[in-house]
Amino acid sequence: MGAAAIDLHGVAFHWPGRGAFGLSIPSLTVAPGETVLLLGDSGSGKSTLLSLICGTVVAQSGTVAVAGTDLAGLSGAGRDRHRADHVGVIFQQFNLLPFGTVQDNILLPLRFAPNRRQRCPDPRKTAAQLCAALGLPDGVLVQRAASLSVGQQQRVAVARALIGQPPILVADEPTSALDETSQAQFLDLLFGQVAAQGSTLVMVSHDPRMAPRFDRVLSMADVIQKGAA
Amino acid sequence: MLVRLAAASLWARALTVGMTILAIALSVALFLGVEKVRTGAKASFANTISGTDLIVGARSGSVQLLLYSVFRIGNATNNVTWDSYLDLADRPEVDWIVPISLGDSHRQFRVMGTTTDFFDHYKYRRDRGLVTAQGAIMDDLFDAVIGSDVAATLGYSVDDPIVVAHGIASFTEHKDQPFRVSGILEKTGTPVDRTVIVSMEAIEAIHVDWRSGAKIPGQTTPPDEIRQMDLTPKAVTAALVGVTSPLKTFSLQRAVNEYREEPLLAILPGVALQELWGIVGIAETALLAVSVMVVVTALIGLMATIFSSLNERRREMAILRAMGASPWTILALLVLEAALTAAVGAVLGVALLYGVLAVAQPMVDAAFGLFLPITPPSLAELWVLLGVIAAGAIVSMVPAVRAYRLSLSDGMTVRT
Repeated sequence: MGAAAIDLHGVAFHWPGRGAFGLSIPSLTVAPGETVLLLGDSGSGKSTLLSLICGTVVAQSGTVAVAGTDLAGLSGAGRDRHRADHVGVIFQQFNLLPFGTVQDNILLPLRFAPNRRQRCPDPRKTAAQLCAALGLPDGVLVQRAASLSVGQQQRVAVARALIGQPPILVADEPTSALDETSQAQFLDLLFGQVAAQGSTLVMVSHDPRMAPRFDRVLSMADVIQKGAA
Repeated sequence: MLVRLAAASLWARALTVGMTILAIALSVALFLGVEKVRTGAKASFANTISGTDLIVGARSGSVQLLLYSVFRIGNATNNVTWDSYLDLADRPEVDWIVPISLGDSHRQFRVMGTTTDFFDHYKYRRDRGLVTAQGAIMDDLFDAVIGSDVAATLGYSVDDPIVVAHGIASFTEHKDQPFRVSGILEKTGTPVDRTVIVSMEAIEAIHVDWRSGAKIPGQTTPPDEIRQMDLTPKAVTAALVGVTSPLKTFSLQRAVNEYREEPLLAILPGVALQELWGIVGIAETALLAVSVMVVVTALIGLMATIFSSLNERRREMAILRAMGASPWTILALLVLEAALTAAVGAVLGVALLYGVLAVAQPMVDAAFGLFLPITPPSLAELWVLLGVIAAGAIVSMVPAVRAYRLSLSDGMTVRT
C-alpha cells in the first residue's frame, strides 16, 4: 500500500477567539480503503477533527496529510480544490440543498472537483446508477430534494459523496436522524458502496452499536488531548 | 449550474424575494417615469411656441417678454406703438407678423387681441396648428375664440355670451360690449388653452368709452355705433414675427433692438425658452433626486433581505463549502443572486412603466397637454437599468462579505 489516506501528526488546533477550547492530536493514521469509526460524545471535538481532515480549518501546528498531500502546504483555494477532489462528505442531516433537484445535489461536488469529473464521464448516468444501488426509487433524480423523506435524503447524500469516486469518505453521525431499521439499511447500503469503490471511510458517532461493521474503532478520548492546544 | 442553483434558491424564497423585486420594480418604474415626464415636460415646454422666429415687444428682459407674450404671465412694462408695428411689418425680412394685445381678462383667464393670422401662424409641438373643436374662429367684431381649459373650467359652449373685464383681477367689466363664443379650440397643452382670443379691433372697441384706464362717466357708445368707428389699434403688446429666411433672423433682431423711434426688444423664442427652463428646471433636479432616493431605498431593502436570509442559509453555505466551494464562491453566489433580483426588478419596472404609459398616455395628453412619447428605452435609460443591477450587486457585497466570513469560520459545521 502507498501513502496513508489520512495522516495526522502532532496536530494542535484551537478555534480563533474561543479561548482555551481546542484539541491536540499526537498521531492518527488511516490506511487507504480502511473503515474507521471514531466514537465520542458531543463536544468531544469530532466535528473539529473532520473539519481539519477536510481542510476547512487549518491546524496551528503539526501535519495534516490527506490523500498524500500536506494540507498546510496548500492555499485556501488549494485546500478547497483538494477537498472537492478527494473527500466525499456526509452530514448528520439537512445534507441537501432543499431547493435543488436530487440530480443537482448529487452532481454538485463535480462542479468543484476536476478529478472527480474526469472519473465520471457520464455524470447523469452515474447518478442514476448510484441512486438505484442505494435503493432510491426511479424518477427520484428530478424530484426536489426537500420532497424526500429524511432516510431518502441521507441516501442521496451518500450518492453525492460517492460520485466521481473520491478516495476518502467522511461521515458526521449520518444515522443519528434515522430510526433503527433505517439505520441498518442505510449502513448496509453505505458499506456496500464503499466496498465497491474501495474508498476509505471515516465516520464519527456517539453510537457504539455500529462498531462491528468497521475495520477499526477509535475513541475520541484516545485520539485527542482535549484542551491541550 | 451555479446560476441555476442561485435561481432555484431565489425561487425557494419566492415571497420575500418577490416583495424585494416588486420594490425594485416600482422604484425603477418611478425613476424612469419621472425621467419620461421630465423630458416630456421639457419638450412640451420647448414646443410651446414653434415656427415663430422672433417675438418683438417693448424693451424689457427676454424672459419677461416671453412670459407675458407666450405664457400670459405678468404684464408688459410698455406697449409698442402701432406706427412702430407698421414699420416693422414693412421690413423686407418679415414674412408674416401677428400682433397681440393683452391687458384684459375674463374671470381667471387672459384676453388676447390678435388677428386671424394668429390661427395660421401660431404653431406648437413643432408643426401643430390651432384647430377649433367646436364652432369657428372669430368673424364678427364681438366674437371670441376660447381655449379648451377656458371652456372646460367655465362650462362654455359656442354662442354663450362673455363679458370681458377691464384689466386683470378687476371688478370693472366691459358690460356694454358683451362677446359671443364663436369657437372653442382643441387642447394644445400650451397657454392658448387658458386664453380668450378676440380681434385687435375688439380690444379697441371695448375701450371706446375709456380713457387713461378709467371709464368716462356717463358715456356709453352703442355697439352698432362702435362698428362704424375706426378701430385701428393705437398700440400692440407684442408681435410674433416670421422671417423670409432663417438667415435673416439675426439681422432683423439687431434691427429691432437698434430701432431708433422707440426702445424695442426682439427675442428668439427658443433661446428665451431655454433661459426660462434654466430657471424652472431646478424643480426637475429635485424631482430626479427624490426618485433616485426611492431607488436607493429599494436597494437598501434588497440588502436587508439578503442580510436576514443569511442565518437561515448558513446550512446551505456549509454544504457548498463541504462540496469544495471556496468562500469566494459563496460571496459570488450571493452577489449573483442580488444582481439577478435587481435585474428581474429592473426589467419588471420597465414593463410596468410601459404598461402604465400605454394606458395613461392619451389621458395625460388630454388632461395636461403633456405628451409622453412611448419610445424604446433610450441608451441613457439602459444605462440606468445597468446601474440599478450594478448597484444591487454592490450593496449585496455588504451581506456577502459577512457570508464569506461566516463560511470561513463555520467551515462545514454550523453553530447557530
